Amino acid sequence: MEISASPAHVHHGEEHAHEHHDPGFLGKYVFSTDHKVIGVQYGVTGLIFLFFGFCLMLLMRWQLAYHGQPLPVLGPVLAKIFPKEMPGGVMTPEFYNSLGAMHGTIMVFLGIVPIAFAAFGNFVVPLQIGAPDMTFPRINMASYQAFFIGGVIMLVSFFCPGGAAKGGWTSYAPLADITDRAPNMFFTGQTMWLIGMVFLITSSLLGSVNFITTIIQLRAPGMTWMRLPFFCWAQLITAFLLLLAFPPLEAASVMQLMDRVAGTSFFLPTGLVVNGEIVNISGGGSPLLWQHLFWFLGHPEVYVLILPAMGIVAEVVANNTRKPLWGYKAAVFSALTLGFLSFIVWAHHMYLTGMGARVSSFFQTTTILISIPSVIILTALLLSLWGGSIRFTVPMLFATAFMPMFGIGGLTGIPLAFNAVVLYLHDTYYVIAHFHYIVAPGTIFALFAGVYYWFPKATGRMMNEFLGKLHFWPSLLFINGIFMPMFLQGMAGVHRRWYDGGASYDLAKPVLHWNAFMSWSAWLLCVSQFPFILNFFWSIWFGKKVDHNPWHATTLEWEAPSPPPHGNFLKPPVVHRGPYEYSVPGSEDDFIPQGKA
Amino acid sequence: MEIPYTVTARPDTGLWNAKIGIWLFLASEIMLFGGLFSAYVFLRIGADAANPWPHGLLNVPVGTFNTFVLISSSMTMVMAWASLKMRKFAQYRIYMGLTILCALAFLCVKAYEYNDKFHHYGVWLKNGEFITGHLEENTPESLTILPDIHHEGRHFWPETEHGAPREIKKADIRRWSNFTPKFSPFFAIYFTLTGLHGLHVFGGMVVNIYFWLPGSKLYRTNPEHLANRVEVSGLFWHFVDLVWIFLFPVLYLL
Repeated sequence: MEISASPAHVHHGEEHAHEHHDPGFLGKYVFSTDHKVIGVQYGVTGLIFLFFGFCLMLLMRWQLAYHGQPLPVLGPVLAKIFPKEMPGGVMTPEFYNSLGAMHGTIMVFLGIVPIAFAAFGNFVVPLQIGAPDMTFPRINMASYQAFFIGGVIMLVSFFCPGGAAKGGWTSYAPLADITDRAPNMFFTGQTMWLIGMVFLITSSLLGSVNFITTIIQLRAPGMTWMRLPFFCWAQLITAFLLLLAFPPLEAASVMQLMDRVAGTSFFLPTGLVVNGEIVNISGGGSPLLWQHLFWFLGHPEVYVLILPAMGIVAEVVANNTRKPLWGYKAAVFSALTLGFLSFIVWAHHMYLTGMGARVSSFFQTTTILISIPSVIILTALLLSLWGGSIRFTVPMLFATAFMPMFGIGGLTGIPLAFNAVVLYLHDTYYVIAHFHYIVAPGTIFALFAGVYYWFPKATGRMMNEFLGKLHFWPSLLFINGIFMPMFLQGMAGVHRRWYDGGASYDLAKPVLHWNAFMSWSAWLLCVSQFPFILNFFWSIWFGKKVDHNPWHATTLEWEAPSPPPHGNFLKPPVVHRGPYEYSVPGSEDDFIPQGKA
Repeated sequence: MEIPYTVTARPDTGLWNAKIGIWLFLASEIMLFGGLFSAYVFLRIGADAANPWPHGLLNVPVGTFNTFVLISSSMTMVMAWASLKMRKFAQYRIYMGLTILCALAFLCVKAYEYNDKFHHYGVWLKNGEFITGHLEENTPESLTILPDIHHEGRHFWPETEHGAPREIKKADIRRWSNFTPKFSPFFAIYFTLTGLHGLHVFGGMVVNIYFWLPGSKLYRTNPEHLANRVEVSGLFWHFVDLVWIFLFPVLYLL
């Protein structure tokens, strides 16, 4: 890696370069240190996990709509694989709990974060800042490997005695501490969940160190901070959130691991009674401690999910409205404020734990404060549409849908900031609807926008537009069909963890009929993803070939060849202007690339 | 393809890559240990008259000795880096060797302390009495304990004097265990914090051994790069040292 002028070393360097031409299949696709390959690895693995987590939810939706009935078609198969959990194709409550916990875990930690942060960040950020690669390519590879191992551990946990983790995706103590008391506590679902989590946290640590260093150190000449595309800002702030918010959960995971394997009582209070008997433990622990540590990660995590999505939408919107992003600086400073505030809002998840009114009012205030920068960013995106000659390409469809969907999610979150309202709405379907509007039709739609937008850069081929629209319109319809009725159910008081969807509760009777409606929406949403899967693979080999800048975009990644070679740029890029110089008056084209002198 | 600024600093930031990387990593480490320290605070607040926070269970002189060992290793670490900067390779070898030796000494002392705890027992009787001491005999019906003789006030040394052997019927025992993590919240956090810290010491030692022996070959081609690498591992080493500076008073003295 060191530069040397001696001829021997030049010769050595040439040999080395020659090796690079044919690294073999394993070296090129599995053990690659190229940021683009790692990005694609993350993306494909993440999409698979996203689909898997989605399928878990489809199973749960059967139980909610037609509880106690054997699952059609898949029932006998699942009964074979999980004879204890699905006897005769009917879901047991324990299995339902496992599916719920693992749906949340897989979607958040193995689906969205790897795609939004690691996949797009890895692929796009070095290209956008004009860097040849990440600063630490081998650490980058290790990050993906740690993620992969963590994912495999999570999947394997379904086959542990007692099944996968079933204490909810939040793994609240003491429930998660004491589930599956087995002779060998090591091979239980919850323990596997904790070990998997340690791997995932390690992976995000390695990734975030790499991202921040890369953005600080490897910006091309002329790429000043205020010329940085908004997407890079979003990734930089996300990386800081991951760097600082994840370790407390690692500490908490280690302590819960100690509770389960070494018999400690970090989260177990004195005199804990399980099944009518006092547990033989030292006691003296605090269940609240777990919640604090979990939500210290958990809330910044929400912004880890949403900031990259906002970044993608900003890029797509500027490109397809053919005008500069409205309020670029305001958006950047809002994102920075968002990042800071996200560290001091965590306890709004814990209003009902009896923390006391003073603590609650503090977190109530910060939570309302954080809505301000979020609204500024959304407003900047919305106002960018004003007066633009909008091209409704497939990425733009997803990006425009992101705005109202994220808006609904955000605005319905404001009542949840208030202590008194939460007394009623806590743990109801209202909360589920609120955060799913943010992460499903919000973030996931933005991720689809990103896939359609950068696909030509990664493959040199365009994705099919008709199939893209066939993916978008039904998805938009059905995803609202799932989550909109959840607001109604939630306001009627339906609890999020009821195994029969509320059938045995009188209060749920008036809104019970929505269960079948939502379930059918979910299954049809699954069907609407098939055009995407087909489009993805078809376009890799048969998509329309395009040149290096098919969208007529301004940012640096479009100056590299498609797909970019190892080392990215043919000549070192130099930046002369801001990121969104579209429709500049007096200019020949309606866009001026950042690298144009 | 070359990654720029691996050895020389980028002019406008004034830093080379790995230096930013290690500081970010250390920021993350502070949050990790911060999480565990906050657990310490929660557990200690949760202690009450029925389950008081224990004092005097750890060996303060031995802990003090270990503190000096780690501080010395931090000094030799700086000297190792400075030797490389001054291009005195033989001196680097000596100082780095001393650093590794100190790390090894620290881990050995820690192992001695752990071992001592594992051979110490505590028994809670159903009548509310609490006895600590060494286990003499363990039969299905009873335990024989050499009980510690307790002195008033806080102690520098754990109890070493023993009273006459005492036989306790298992039927009278509410709970008994040796001083392992499951014994009490104090030992839970003690073993978790020092265990994680010990893993960091071990990890730093392995990296230093690499730079001491095979990794030092880099000196012949690019001594500045080796100096940078040692600076990075040194920053980590000082952090590990600093964590101990917090651990020692929090666990041994307060």
